[in-house]
Formats: sequence, structure tokens, C-alpha cells
Amino acid sequence: MGMTMTQKILAAHAGLDEVKAGQLIMADLDFVLGNDITSPVAINEFHKAGFSDVFDKNKVTMVMDHFAPNKDIKAATQCKQCRDFCGEHSITHFYDVGNMGIEHALLPEKGLVAPGDCIIGADSHTCTYGALGAFSTGVGSTDMCAGMAKGKAWFKVPSAIKFNITGKLPKYSAAKDVILHIIGMIGVDGALYRSMEFSGDGLKNLTMEDRLCMANMAIEAGAKNGIFAVDEVTLEYVKDRVDREYKVFEADADAEYDEVYDIDLSQIKPTVAFPHLPENAKTFDEIGDVKIDQSVIGSCTNGRIEDLRAAAEILKGRKVAKNVRCIVIPATQGVYMQAMEEGLLKIFIEAGCAVSTPTCGPCLGGYMGILAKGERSIATTNRNFVGRMGHPESEVYLASPYVAAASAVTGKISQPSELTD
Amino acid sequence: MKAKGFVHKYGDNVDTDVIIPARYLNTADHKELASHCMEDIDVDFVKKVKPGDIIVAKANFGCGSSREHAPIAIKASGVSCVIASTFARIFYRNSINIGLPIIECNEASEKIDDGDEVEIDFESGVITNITKGESYMGQAFPDFLINIINKGGLLNSLK
Repeated sequence: MGMTMTQKILAAHAGLDEVKAGQLIMADLDFVLGNDITSPVAINEFHKAGFSDVFDKNKVTMVMDHFAPNKDIKAATQCKQCRDFCGEHSITHFYDVGNMGIEHALLPEKGLVAPGDCIIGADSHTCTYGALGAFSTGVGSTDMCAGMAKGKAWFKVPSAIKFNITGKLPKYSAAKDVILHIIGMIGVDGALYRSMEFSGDGLKNLTMEDRLCMANMAIEAGAKNGIFAVDEVTLEYVKDRVDREYKVFEADADAEYDEVYDIDLSQIKPTVAFPHLPENAKTFDEIGDVKIDQSVIGSCTNGRIEDLRAAAEILKGRKVAKNVRCIVIPATQGVYMQAMEEGLLKIFIEAGCAVSTPTCGPCLGGYMGILAKGERSIATTNRNFVGRMGHPESEVYLASPYVAAASAVTGKISQPSELTD
Repeated sequence: MKAKGFVHKYGDNVDTDVIIPARYLNTADHKELASHCMEDIDVDFVKKVKPGDIIVAKANFGCGSSREHAPIAIKASGVSCVIASTFARIFYRNSINIGLPIIECNEASEKIDDGDEVEIDFESGVITNITKGESYMGQAFPDFLINIINKGGLLNSLK
């Protein structure tokens, strides 16, 4: 019996010719990631366990992005603990304020993750790198600690659900709408413990940024990982970024899948996930008047340059509605610089948006856009759980940059076609 | 190896943001995390919970973020076991890794009510509802998991 793409990557990293769904394996890791929230717990465990050094100083990274630039004294203390640890262990890829970005936008941009890699990160959205054709999954701090020390992690080999992508997205429909549609269809535990494998001739119509957005939210369907078949788009993306050897894996033609779904991109409409689960996906024929107080455009899901271009296309020459705060957060310094060079920041500022340095900030209710009781935000982020962006009685609605920008202009949840000049 | 206590019952998709809201993640101190455990879903939980108590929930418990602070907060609040019909995978892994026993059992998740007194035998997987006089069959823990839990977590078990 053939193997899925994920199974082939795991087999290769476990030194096995073949693996089967359900099998427990010990795999070699190509990269281990932590952030300013999860790394301190891993560092405490690292010291408690008495480990002396990391397995490879080039293959461990810590990115200060969640509560950085430091939001308070405790956050500052946590970042300092990471900084001290990375200094002490001569960690090559330590990203601090001034060169950091949101981890899952930063690592692909810097070429630190590559097709065929086996990656763990102490952050649930580590599944993002599946966009490049890597096996990449979120773990906790203890696994991060063991991974940092030994370069290994144990896994239960997952089965997979296949998504056969065809067609091309209509104008103003986005990759975010595709993944919200899929999560709405299969539910927040629809892919629990399994891989979501994306392939098909429609992939050529999805840019790398589209794929990063979709793989990013695989965890919101409960998946262990999301993974895209490698094609010319992938190779073009990594060409000038990744300066090490990597291997491209393909699913076997006779690989078995638990389920296969056909996704025709031409049928995807602008979609909004209502509180308090990402599976509460609605298209605009089901959405009435929903007033908003805030619009957040950014995050590891939608803070890349194409996202900012989409938002700017809508906001150009328009104004953010009275009583709405629109916060734009470029995901990395690179994205920030490019947005500046392309004149996007000027468009945002003229429209009345606040533009922030890269941070995860409001997405997880850290800072930089916290909601009061009863307030509502539309956001290009990835979770709309109770209290996710602030007060337990506030609400988050997930959408694409087009919809978040259009909603900022009208003051209610809107799609671009509702805007008139 | 057994756990015994009174039940705090919740529904589907209890996510890590309600187990320990991100606004409290500026610390890794176990006691401080425990003092905010379940705050956004059950503000009285920390007042009610007693050592040995058990959390019972429905599907996909622990979905969302990879924060190990979530099982840490639950364990540090004195909870001896979490029973659910299914767990989100990162939460499952994290709980075992830090030595918080958790067990999947659909029948127990359906039939146990808030306030019931329950005992779990991890070697056999038998969950006994003392209040109702019923028992349910969960998945028995293999030896290596018992070892991790008994040693207080993955890293201790590797020593």
C-alpha cells in the first residue's frame, strides 16, 4: 500500500522504508521553534532535566513575537530569559525586536524551513510550513525542550484527508475564504489527529502566500498537519531563500486517504467565521447587519505582503468608518519595508488606520488592540474563541483582508462589492 | 494507579483560551496559572475545585493553542484527571508530557454529570461512577504512559 506525502516524510526522518497510519516512530528533526510564551517553559524544563546544550545551534530558533515589543514587566522577563538562553547557547537564529516578525511569516521568508523537512514548533500554527511541502506540526514546551536537546520527537503516524483543488478564485475571494469554507464543512475536529493534504491542478492558481494562509489554519480543523504538493510555485519561492539541501516528497499514486474532498476554487465566496468557533463559517447571503468596533489586518494567517496589498486595494482613497479602529500589522520587518516601498503604509495611514510593528499582539488577546466587554472585531486572524481578543464577552469574526478592509470602511461586516465610490 | 474525585462537567470544544486566557501567559508560574484556570468558561472554578477533582467534557477538549500552560494550570489546580470523548492532539500530548492523566471515553463523557463522584483505574481503563453506581470502559494506559505519569512527566521519565 502506498504512503501519503506526510507518511513518506516521516518514514524518511525515522530511517524507515515504510510507515503506516497509527505506527509510533521516533523522527529526526530539521528545525525546532519556540516563541516568547512557550520557550520560557521549555527553558525551565531544559535546566531541570540537566541538559547541557542544544543538539544543533543552527536548527533551533526562538522568535520574540507574541508579547513583544514587551507589553509589560512579566513579558519583558520572559523575553530576557529567551535572549539569555540563546546567547548562552550561541543560537544562530534568535529573532528579537527590530529583526523579528511573526514566526510563521518569518521562517519561510528567511528560508529557514524547506520542502521535505520535519519540523516541530511550540506554537500550534507551526503547521503553516506545510505550504512548502514540509511535515510541520505544533507541540508543547516539553516536546520543544526534548527536541532542542536531542533533535528528535516521537510521533504517531497520521492518516490523511485529501483535498483535490481545481479552478481559480474569483475576484475578491481569497485563500482565507477557502480554508474557512473547508473548516465550516468538516468542523473544528474534522481532521483530528490527521493530515490535510492539498493537491490538484488548481494549486497552480494558489500563490505561496495563499498556501501559507491555508496550511496555517489546518490546526483549526484539529489536524496534525496541513501539507501542499510541491510544484513550480514552491520551487520558485524557495529558490533564492533556502541555501541548503532539501528533498521533495510526493504522495504515492496508490496512497490511501480516509476521505477525499473536491474543492472548486471558482465556487468560493467571501466567508466570515462567526463567534466562537472557526467552523461557524457563513457567506454573505447568511450575514445581516453586524456592526463592528475594530478591524485587525495582520497575523501569521494574513499579515504578508499580498494580504496588505489586498487591504490597500480596498482602503485606497477611502476612510475608516467613524468609531471603528482599524489596526494593520505587517507580519515581518521585510513585509513592513516592502509595504512602505509600495506606498501601502501611506494608503493605510491616510485611510485612518493604525500601522504597528510586527507582533502577534491582538490575535491572542495580548495587547495592541484588546476588546472591551460587548465589543466586536472583524479580524484576519485565525481564532474566534471566547475571550480570544480581550473581554470574555467580546466577539471576533474571522475573514479575509478584503472583507476586513471593506468592513473597516462601512463599520459593519461587508464584502468589497458593497462599497460604492 | 488511580484517581478519585468530584466532577466539574463541561461541553464540546473547550479551548485552551478558556482554560488559561492568553492575558495570563506572561508567566510560567504554575500556581499563578492555576489561579486563573478555566476563568473564561467558569469563573467560579478556582473557588470550587478541590484536590483530586476531575474534569469531564465532551468532544475536542483542549483545542486551539499549543500552550502547555493549559494542562499545567489544570494539574496545578489539583485536578487528578480529565475525561473527554475526544481530545485535541497537542493538548493530549502536552498533558501526558507534563504528567496530567487524561482519558478518552465517550460513554463516561455522556453519562457523568456535574458533581458526580468518579474513580478512574488507569491500568484497566475502568471509570467508576460512585454516585450513579455505573462503570464505563475507557482506554487503558500502556505501561510507558503509566511510567510517564508516575514520574511526573516525560522529562523525569527519561532520567
